[in-house]
Amino acid sequence: MSTSATHGLGSPAAITRHAILLITGALILIPFVWMVSLSIKPPGEIFHASFSFWPKQFYGIENYTKALTEAPLPRYMLNGVFVCTMIVAAQVLVCAPAAYALAKLEFPGKNLLFAMVLIALILPHEVLSLPLFILGYQIGVLNTYAALVFPYVVSPFGIFLFRQFFKTIPDDVIHAARLDGLSELAIVWRIMVPMALPAIIAFGIFSVVGHWNSLFWPLIAVRDQNLMPPPLGIMAFKNEEAGNDYGPLMAASTIVVAPLIIAFLSAQRWFVEGLTGGAVK
Amino acid sequence: MAGITIEKIEKTFGATPVLREVSLKIADGEFLTLLGPSGCGKSTLLRILAGLEVQTAGSVAIGDRVVDGVRPKRRDVAMVFQSYALYPHMTVQDNMSVPLRMRRLTAWQRLPLLGRFLPGTKATAAEIERDVIRTAKALGIGHLLARKPGQLSGGQRQRVAVGRAMVRQPAVFLMDEPLSNLDAKLRVQMRAEIKELHNRLGVTFVYVTHDQSEAMTMSDRVAVMLDGELLQVAPPQEIYADPDDRRVAEFIGSPKINMLEAKLRDAALADAAGTSFTVAADAGPGTALTVGIRPEAFHLVETGGPNVLTGAVRLVEHMGSDLFVHLNVPGTEHPVVARLLAERAPQIELGQTLHLGVRPERLLIFAADGKRLRPQGHAGAKVLPIKERMQ
Ligand SMILES: Nc1ncnc2c1ncn2[C@@H]1O[C@H](COP(=O)(O)OP(=O)(O)OP(=O)(O)O)[C@@H](O)[C@H]1O
Ligand SMILES: [Mg+2]
Repeated sequence: MSTSATHGLGSPAAITRHAILLITGALILIPFVWMVSLSIKPPGEIFHASFSFWPKQFYGIENYTKALTEAPLPRYMLNGVFVCTMIVAAQVLVCAPAAYALAKLEFPGKNLLFAMVLIALILPHEVLSLPLFILGYQIGVLNTYAALVFPYVVSPFGIFLFRQFFKTIPDDVIHAARLDGLSELAIVWRIMVPMALPAIIAFGIFSVVGHWNSLFWPLIAVRDQNLMPPPLGIMAFKNEEAGNDYGPLMAASTIVVAPLIIAFLSAQRWFVEGLTGGAVK
Repeated sequence: MAGITIEKIEKTFGATPVLREVSLKIADGEFLTLLGPSGCGKSTLLRILAGLEVQTAGSVAIGDRVVDGVRPKRRDVAMVFQSYALYPHMTVQDNMSVPLRMRRLTAWQRLPLLGRFLPGTKATAAEIERDVIRTAKALGIGHLLARKPGQLSGGQRQRVAVGRAMVRQPAVFLMDEPLSNLDAKLRVQMRAEIKELHNRLGVTFVYVTHDQSEAMTMSDRVAVMLDGELLQVAPPQEIYADPDDRRVAEFIGSPKINMLEAKLRDAALADAAGTSFTVAADAGPGTALTVGIRPEAFHLVETGGPNVLTGAVRLVEHMGSDLFVHLNVPGTEHPVVARLLAERAPQIELGQTLHLGVRPERLLIFAADGKRLRPQGHAGAKVLPIKERMQ
C-alpha cells in the first residue's frame, strides 16, 4: 500500500508492471478456468466453436457423478493423501537433522557434503528414474506404497531450505540448550524445528503439491489401480473408460486439484513467511 | 567447593590467536569480572569455561574436578547470554522449566503425551513447577509466566534469562554482558540486583563486560583483558589506583588518564610538557618514560614549578559536584584533563592560564614497553605479581 503511494499507480512503469502481471496470471489461470468450464458442459457443447464459460445446458451434476462413480476417484485421492503424508513426514524426519548438522555443527567434510546437496538440488529427479526403478526392483518394493515413497525420502531441497533457515537462529540459543542439558537430537526437535515452523510448513506445501501432482514416477512404480495416486488414476480412467468423454474427465481433474488450491490458500501466509523470513525478527 | 582454576588456556581460530596463555584462579563464591574492549576474547573464555567451545591448549578445573572434555550439561554451570537466548516458541514458564526437566525427569518421562502417565512424572513435574514459580517470584516476573519472550520488554527478558540460569542452582554463574542491551537506568538497577543475587546465593560468578562502571561497582576482583591476554587481576580499587600496565591505566577511568611522554634527566627527575616530575626510576638518563596522571590527582596551585603543569583553559565541563577542565599544555599531544571541585567553577574562564600541581606519589610511571615502574620500597602488599596473589 505504501508503495502505491510513492510510485503512484498512474506511472507508466507501474502500468507496464501490472499489465505483465495480469497477462502472466491470465496465461496460468486460463487452462484451469477452461477445465472447470468443461467439467460442467454437456458433451455436445464441449467442441462448440464459440467459447463461453457458462454452458447453455448445465451438465455439472452428471459429469461429477460420473467422475466419482465410474472411476475409483475417492480411492485415488486416499492414495494421494496417504502417500503425500508419508513422504512429507519422512522428509522432515530426515532433512531436519541433516540441515542442523550442515548449519550448526563443525565436522570435516561439511562443505563437501553441502556441495553434494546443492548438486542433488540441480539434478532433475527424472534422471534417477531408471536407477531407482532397478533399486526398487532389487529390494522388491515395486508396485507397493513403499515404491511411491522411498525415492523422495531424502529431499535436497528440504535440506537446503532448512539449513538456510537454521543458520538464522543464533548460536547462543543452541549454546543455552546445550547448557540446559538437551542432546543434539533434542535440540533439533525441540528448539530448531519449532523455531523454523514457517519454513517447514512452506516446505510441506511444496512437497505435497509436487507429489500429489506427480505422474511420471508413479507411472513407472505401480501398476495396481488400487495404489494409484490421483493423476495416474485419471490417466488410467481416461484410457479405459472415458474415451472422448471429456466432461467427466475434467470433473475428475477439478476434484483432484481442488484440495491443493484450498490447502494453499489457507496456508499462504506461512508459505510466504517460510520462504522469505528468518527465525528471529 | 566450586572455585575455578584456569590453567594456561590458549585458543586459536584458524591461525588467529584469540586467547594467549590465560591463567586465573577464581575463589569459591567470588564475583570476578572479565573486563576488556570488544573482541578481546572475553566471550570465548566464558564459552570455554562452560564447555561450549574447546580450548586449543590448557585446562579448566571447576571445584576439584578437571572438566576438560566434560559436556556443558555436566559442569554444573549456568550461563546468561548477551542476547538472552530464550526459546522464542516457549512460554516463560517453559523456558525456565527446561533445565529442570532435563535434569530431574528421565528420557521416558519427558516423552510427549506418553511420559505423563509414567510413575513419578506427575510428582516431579509439580515440584519443577513449584521451583520455577518460586524463582520467578523472587525475580519479580511471576506474572509473566504465561507469556512468550516476544511479548516481553528487554528488562523482563533479561530477568527470565537470569531465572532460567538460577532455577537449577548451579555452582557457577557465567554472565556474558547481560546488561548491555538495556537502557542506562535499567542497567544501574539490574547491576544492583545482580550483585544482590550474588550476595544471596553465595556462588561463584564470572561476569563479562566491557563497561568499566559495571566492573568497578560489582566485582570482588576485576580481570582486565586485552587482545586475549590477562593484564591484571585485582580488586577494583587497586586496578584503578595501582595499574600494572599502561594499557590497564588507559582502559580504566573516565575521563581517561593523562599520559605525558617524558625523558629521564637523572635518577629522580623526568622532563615532560615543559616541566619536571619527581620520579624514582631505575634507569639511565635519557630513557623515555610515560607519566600517567589521573584527572582527579590535580589540584590548583598559584605558580609554576616542578610537578606543576601550566596551560590555557580550552574547555570547562560542569558535571554537578565536579568539573572537568581541559587544558592546552605546550608540549603535549592531547589536552590535559583535570577534575576539580565545582566550587572552583566561577573562577575559571576560557583562555585563562592555570597551574595544576600533582603530588609525586600520585604519578604513575610507565616504561617504554608499557610496564609500570614503581618507586623502590613502594611495592609491598599492593603490588604482588598476579601469580602470588592467587591463594
Ligand atoms: N567461531 C569463531 N571463528 C573465528 N573467529 C572467532 C570465532 N569466535 C570468535 N572469534 C574471534 O575471536 C575474537 C574474540 O571474540 P569474543 O567473542 O570472545 O570477543 P568478546 O571479547 O566477547 O567481544 P564482545 O565484547 O564484542 O562480545 C574476535 O576477534 C572474534 O572475531
Ligand atoms: Mg562477547
